[in-house]
Amino acid sequence: MSTNENTTNKTAQTSGHELRNPGIPFDLGFINSININRSAVERRAATIATRRTVKKQHQAAWLLKAITFIDLTTLAGDDTPGKVKRLCQKAKQPVSKELLEALDVTDLNITTGAVCVYHNMINTAVTALAGTNIPVAAVSTGFPAGQSPLPIKLSEITASVNEGAKEIDIVISREKIFTGDWQGIYDEVKAFRTACGNAHIKTILATGELATFTNVAKASWVCMMAGADFIKTSTGKEPVNATLPVSLVMVRAIREYYQLTGIKIGYKPAGGIQKAKQAIEFMILMKEELGNEWLEPHLFRFGASSLLGDIERQLEHHVTGCYSASHRHAIS
Amino acid sequence: MSIKEIFTTMEYGTASENSDVAQQWLANLDNTFNHYVNGKWQKPASKKYFDSNNPANNVHIANVADGSTEDVEQAVIAARKAQKEWFNIGGHARAKFLYAIARQIQKHSRLFAVLETLDNGKPIRESRDIDIPLVARHFYHHAGWAQIMSTEFKDFEPLGVVGQIIPWNFPLLMLAWKVAPALAMGNTVVLKPAEFTSATAVLFAQVCDEIGLPKGVFNLILGDGKAGQAIVEHDDIDKIAFTGSTQVGRMIRKATAGTGKKLSLELGGKSAFIVFEDADLDSVVEGIVDAIWFNQGQVCCAGSRLLMQESIADKLTDKLVTRMKKLVVGDSLSKNIDVGAIIDASQLAKIKEMVALGVSEGATVHQASCIDYKDGCFYPPTLLTDVEPASTIAQQEIFGPVLAAMTFRSPAEAVQIANNSRYGLAASVWSENINVALDVAPKIKAGVVWINCTNIFDASAGFGGYRESGFGREGGKEGLYEYIQESWLTKLSTNSSKSKENKKTTKKASTPLSIDQTAKLFIGGKQVRPDSGYSLPVYDASGTHIAEIPEGSRKDIRNAVEAANKAATWSGATSHNRAQVLYFIAENLQTRATEFAQRICQLTGKPVKDAESEVDLAINRIFSAAAWADKYEGQIHIPPHRIVTLAMKESVGNIAIVAPEEGGFLGLISTIMPAIAMGNRVIVVPSRETALLATDFYQILNTSDVPAGVINIITGDREALTDTLAKHYDIDGFWYWGTAEGSKLVELESAATMKRTWVNHGKLYDWTSDEQMNSEIFLRHSVEIKNVWVPYGA
Repeated sequence: MSTNENTTNKTAQTSGHELRNPGIPFDLGFINSININRSAVERRAATIATRRTVKKQHQAAWLLKAITFIDLTTLAGDDTPGKVKRLCQKAKQPVSKELLEALDVTDLNITTGAVCVYHNMINTAVTALAGTNIPVAAVSTGFPAGQSPLPIKLSEITASVNEGAKEIDIVISREKIFTGDWQGIYDEVKAFRTACGNAHIKTILATGELATFTNVAKASWVCMMAGADFIKTSTGKEPVNATLPVSLVMVRAIREYYQLTGIKIGYKPAGGIQKAKQAIEFMILMKEELGNEWLEPHLFRFGASSLLGDIERQLEHHVTGCYSASHRHAIS
Repeated sequence: MSIKEIFTTMEYGTASENSDVAQQWLANLDNTFNHYVNGKWQKPASKKYFDSNNPANNVHIANVADGSTEDVEQAVIAARKAQKEWFNIGGHARAKFLYAIARQIQKHSRLFAVLETLDNGKPIRESRDIDIPLVARHFYHHAGWAQIMSTEFKDFEPLGVVGQIIPWNFPLLMLAWKVAPALAMGNTVVLKPAEFTSATAVLFAQVCDEIGLPKGVFNLILGDGKAGQAIVEHDDIDKIAFTGSTQVGRMIRKATAGTGKKLSLELGGKSAFIVFEDADLDSVVEGIVDAIWFNQGQVCCAGSRLLMQESIADKLTDKLVTRMKKLVVGDSLSKNIDVGAIIDASQLAKIKEMVALGVSEGATVHQASCIDYKDGCFYPPTLLTDVEPASTIAQQEIFGPVLAAMTFRSPAEAVQIANNSRYGLAASVWSENINVALDVAPKIKAGVVWINCTNIFDASAGFGGYRESGFGREGGKEGLYEYIQESWLTKLSTNSSKSKENKKTTKKASTPLSIDQTAKLFIGGKQVRPDSGYSLPVYDASGTHIAEIPEGSRKDIRNAVEAANKAATWSGATSHNRAQVLYFIAENLQTRATEFAQRICQLTGKPVKDAESEVDLAINRIFSAAAWADKYEGQIHIPPHRIVTLAMKESVGNIAIVAPEEGGFLGLISTIMPAIAMGNRVIVVPSRETALLATDFYQILNTSDVPAGVINIITGDREALTDTLAKHYDIDGFWYWGTAEGSKLVELESAATMKRTWVNHGKLYDWTSDEQMNSEIFLRHSVEIKNVWVPYGA
């Protein structure tokens, strides 16, 4: 695959108004040339958070920023409209007013990046979030296992978009990875992309099931080639979810895709990110590997449900100097 | 900056490691460092101190005692006095002390790390996460070796008093590498840190004091080169271990020549970082960061020559230049920097000079731009492209954050360029193809090869170089041999008899019926006349002139070395194949045993029975060497990483052997056979007395499938040939049995190219002794240990 230098850096830089990824033709030769060295990736990942750190004011600012990346998520069998409404309220007001005042950031109008739910809850969420800019994301295509027929997957996307979802988190067919059907994944994701229309498509790789980093990189590339707006690690249901090493593999693919096409693909680590410190580590990774442009909600999200609580506690600690307690912060 | 602003800029801000505790520690010492001798803090005899500054901000840290000969003298006396008891308290007791040191280092790890950074200028991340943990690990690991010494090295003894001189780039880590094995094996130590970096050595001495290490076991002498020289020249020191520049290493080799001091040198390097087209290039980029921008590139094994396969060179260069833009140079205590301060203004000037030289020779400069400092010695990470192997910067060590990039076309060419260096310390090989990686690694002349990783160290694996990068290993079992000796070696008698000059009679034996026998030199598998056209007479035991041997000279040595080089395939032959050839030599010698016995009788006047048993024993030795050929195996180290470390035993290369005069035919055979069994090619100078046996012997070599050039025999004037061999730059190892003066000459002249020397200092080996001849000493000197690090993970 040849690099098209001319398209590099051409993209309009206005925040939130990136060119959507139109995709590029499938290139099996390129996919087959990908080799990722697990040990080397792990070594680099291990020093990402030891080479950079943020303290005090900077830490507080970074944690506030982290909130804006959160796809506040509930994906459980016992989700109800009541639960989803609570979630949406938390998304609109993720940090208490006193805390925001103490930090002098009330006018930043901090909300979470999105609310992420199953199809059945889209309507509730859209209604609850009316009047805000917070998009509703819906998981789709037979989430989490993706073992449904393609037409059903496509109609699920269409239905969700019709319900008002602005973002669709699809799962790729892992079975096709193990059988080497990269073309099949490309075709499927491309079809999903078309079905999404104006809604953004996040492709979940389920990295915890892909066995090797080389598979993760290949899957990242196939999804980007097929037109993904975001690539996302996990459903949250695999035994291993978002890790720094797997993220490194994916963001390196994003970087190279950008160099090749001039198109910026977003990244969403999901699952297992529960602590403020972890969030900062992921943000350092994004800044170091991709740059500040990727530290914006339209290019970076956390799929997380309990992260916000820890961030609130850390913010309170920043303000008071005293370690906080969960019950002092509103739940979703 | 307000939170709101930071929310937009998303900068890291500053985060500096607090140095209050370290500053307090310095203040408690009145910012003055003294020697630690015989368990006491001691002011310098000179009463002089010099300044030591933090290179990151030029702030004064301490006044450092200016050590002198008198100080060293006291330290050596203390160390000598303590040594016997230190060994006699036993391995378990020593293990407990080393264990206590390891624990104390962990307990005070942050103080050690901050002090190291203040003193040396390296990033706090590195001293905290790399240096100090490795130090603790080194003492833990060697506590274990102390514990099991009596069983693992039961025929060995400590050397005695060890003088250790360490560099400034990893002050405490190099101390650990030196001190831990020395103490574990029952030696006592006089250590001198580099003049720029004494702080952590002083804290280490405090730790030794706190744990009650017996006085005199560890002695610390501070100071500059003068103190180092006093250690090197002290005649009651048994071994010198040095890490530093090749230039100083060469001076030490010369200064210790002939003294009988054991020596290990860990010197400079210009290590290749080889990237094949199938490598994971993003990971390669991080590997390069760790290779050359770790510790400001002030690393002896820094991957300072980047060799890229042409097909990926542009892509990799782009990635690397992009990555460099993210590297931050700044205050060493900052937690948000990648590159700290250069050790000293003098070093900084040298780096600038080298880069300017590179540019004047046509190199293009790419430099990192994130500079975050005011005062101090800093230099940005630098990549030089448009460099060719012939460029000065591709050949000479810069010892700074400067990478010289070149390209290659094939694995063979990569190896060729990598080996196109006087150094041979380390290399890094990046390929996702295990066939390529494991093919290339053994072909690179370097003591350490990292596959798909770089600059990884561990106490369990030996570290050290080939060629002018020095000799000896530090770490692992292989490193311990630098601090012990075979017990029998200490009991050898001295050769008091002057070498017998064969000035006996000029009367030629009258054996009219025999056909004149013309002994020749044996070079490249052929019998050749000496270049000089002269011969030397050979006499029998009764002094009768019985024959002539050729008088070999410089040119014959030159030809022999060239022939040895052409026989390089012998080193790559399978060990089974080499064993077969050796067995065949034994077989053919057996068929002519009577003839050789007769010759021994004739030359030495030995009784027939003794001569016969000498031949038998020689055959036995050949069998032993053949037996070991496929059994003197490498080891697999188990460092605490997901890495398998292969300690491969490789042949040294071309070994010159000046055979023992007193050893006779048996001595000749006993020295040659282990060397060739391990894959070396030899250039042998037989003793005058056995010369005719050696020339008889080549007929056996000719019939035993020994490839041409593997064994080359040059007869003639021993001392002159020794001199020529020692000065030959293409000989890798030198074994010498002869006089003390000859031994000194060999060590002295070998300094130019850092040949691995093994000399007898005029001591007599017992060539009939199984204890001596069957010990691994011959095999050990026949090999270099290369550690190949192979990380894995599907």
